[in-house]
Amino acid sequence: MKKTYKIDVDCANCAAKMEEAAKKVEGVKDANVNFMTLKMKVEFEDGHTPEEVMPNILKACRKVESDCEIFF
Amino acid sequence: MNRKQKKVLVRIIISAALLVIFSLLPVRGWLRFFLFLIPYLIIGYDILKKAGKGILNRQVFDENFLMAVATIGAIILGEYVEGSAVMLFYQVGELFQSFAVGRSRKNITELMDIRPDYANLETEDGTEEVDPDDVEVGSIIVVKPGEKIPIDGLVVSGRSALNTSALTGESVPRDVGPGEQVLSGSINQNGLLRIRTTQEFEESTASKILDLVENASSRKSRSENFITKFAHYYTPAVCYSALALAVAPPLVRMAFLGLAPEWGDWILRALTFLVISCPCALVISIPLSFFAGLGCASRNGILVKGSNYLEELASTKYVVFDKTGTMTRGVFEVSGIHHSSMPEEELLEYAALAEMYSSHPISQSLRRACGRDLDEHRVKNLEEIGGRGITAEVDGHKIAAGNAGLMQEMGIDYMDCHSVGTVVHVAMDGQYAGHILIADLIKPTARSAVRQLHEAGVKSTVMLTGDSRRVGESVAQTLGIDEVHAQLLPAQKVELVEQMIQKKGKGEILAFVGDGINDAPVLARADIGIAMGAIGSDAAIEAADVVLMDDNPEKISLAIRIARKCIRIVYENIIFAIGVKVLCLILGALGIANMWAAIFADVGVMVIAVINAIRALRIRQDRPAADAAAEQEAGQA
Repeated sequence: MKKTYKIDVDCANCAAKMEEAAKKVEGVKDANVNFMTLKMKVEFEDGHTPEEVMPNILKACRKVESDCEIFF
Repeated sequence: MNRKQKKVLVRIIISAALLVIFSLLPVRGWLRFFLFLIPYLIIGYDILKKAGKGILNRQVFDENFLMAVATIGAIILGEYVEGSAVMLFYQVGELFQSFAVGRSRKNITELMDIRPDYANLETEDGTEEVDPDDVEVGSIIVVKPGEKIPIDGLVVSGRSALNTSALTGESVPRDVGPGEQVLSGSINQNGLLRIRTTQEFEESTASKILDLVENASSRKSRSENFITKFAHYYTPAVCYSALALAVAPPLVRMAFLGLAPEWGDWILRALTFLVISCPCALVISIPLSFFAGLGCASRNGILVKGSNYLEELASTKYVVFDKTGTMTRGVFEVSGIHHSSMPEEELLEYAALAEMYSSHPISQSLRRACGRDLDEHRVKNLEEIGGRGITAEVDGHKIAAGNAGLMQEMGIDYMDCHSVGTVVHVAMDGQYAGHILIADLIKPTARSAVRQLHEAGVKSTVMLTGDSRRVGESVAQTLGIDEVHAQLLPAQKVELVEQMIQKKGKGEILAFVGDGINDAPVLARADIGIAMGAIGSDAAIEAADVVLMDDNPEKISLAIRIARKCIRIVYENIIFAIGVKVLCLILGALGIANMWAAIFADVGVMVIAVINAIRALRIRQDRPAADAAAEQEAGQA
């Protein structure tokens, strides 16, 4: 399943770091952050729900970029 | 400016004022240190906090870390003003950057603002404004003048002119009336339209285009991948170099040269080095250039499916066309009337009357060209002669209309036609009256399209067609196409394109342009597939890498020009940013460039690169200069 989320982040480098971090979260098959449109596209693995995975993604992203925001 | 930016601005003003006041105060020692700590913390507390968090999360080498180390280092060395000023200017730069990026993001998304916000759904008691997502297929929606059409559908009632420029780049409005298809994203200009939806919102043209454009920048180009990799190695490399710069020379001076180590001087140089090294200019301007390039293309009715395709478009050296529907209209039309012994319109009318009951495409095009209502009472004794034509009595004259065979059979002297196409000979009362040429018309812009491609540095243009050799060669000659292959089956087109791909040089790109109807395999096989006039055709949009929303072949060279400009800007930025950085890094290491130069190398370069990137948003159109000047004037007014 794929879902798109609005995000808020300040710089392109930080967006790239968020993408890397999100990819490593369990239950995430693929993640893509678009700094220009401020959107994050997440593809979830089967058997994982967005409700369960998204808080972990936010946590992972906050680790690399403390004032980023994901709206889910 | 948003709230975050305003807050930063206030902090900048306060700490700048404090800095000026404190530097005028004649205080020394610890008091001076504590005084300067106030503006430093006001402007830099969030950077320090982020740097601290970064260390805790083992994300050491980011710019916050660099800034924190550089400024704290400067303060420890007693350079209070510089330390605080570096932080201040860093924040000014960051503010400017976020402002510039925000502005350009807004610019670009406004260009592509075709997303409808609501739909006026017709219900039993009037109309209701609803989310377009909630409109079911087959519902009736009402679109008032000035509103966007939210969902694809058919006009039930009403007439209007539609502005489709957001979809096709075409500025001439399209007139629509009952029964005609309308696409979401077009703007209703004057009439009230009632529309029966034929798609869900998600499947409508506007949604699909937006989806395509938004996803385009996630397909990364080689340059973007290069920058990602570059940043990955660059930052740690710079940090270690800075460390070496701070430690090695003093040690060498002490141990081998017997000089004073001058720790302070070398550490300051290392800190300057760190400030210069921030890779932001590259990291931000490259994706921004591509995004602007993609935005520029889509504003001109060219959808490019990824930044990587922009790169390929820019190095296109071979362009292969399909003929029918790409260079020609794909519709048979009367293209000439020759040797007529009566007024041409009259000849056409007689022929159309004689053929008025025939359903043959040739007869249809005759009737269409005639354009008048045909009175069936004028026609008598109609007789169809299979494979040859028709004889009939029209207004008392015996009319024969058909091919050369018909003329021979009736013993009438006829003139051959030198032009390519289907010829309808007409005879009246046993006398030859002339012939009508029916051909697939070449698009009016096709010739200049080929010329523009050659001008744009395309090495060779090739046309593939399933049509006869004679037709193919004639079209190719008219258009100035270098090479033509005729009488091809679809599979042979794929083979030919494969052969051409093998033959071409390294780094050269072969583009195939088709109308997407039966050439999807070729579109997919070519280095870059360009589908034309594909609006509404899903298969073509799937198979192609670049989609031209209207069917104007001139858009091919426009696409190439947009891509070239974008790529040129990308390279300019890479070279400029890396060049200035390396220069400043060297000067910094030698102790020539101070903190202030370092700030320029970081913030200044970034701002210039961003402004340069925004240029990719605009492309000069090829059109009469007077036209462009007039528009510019209108724009200024």
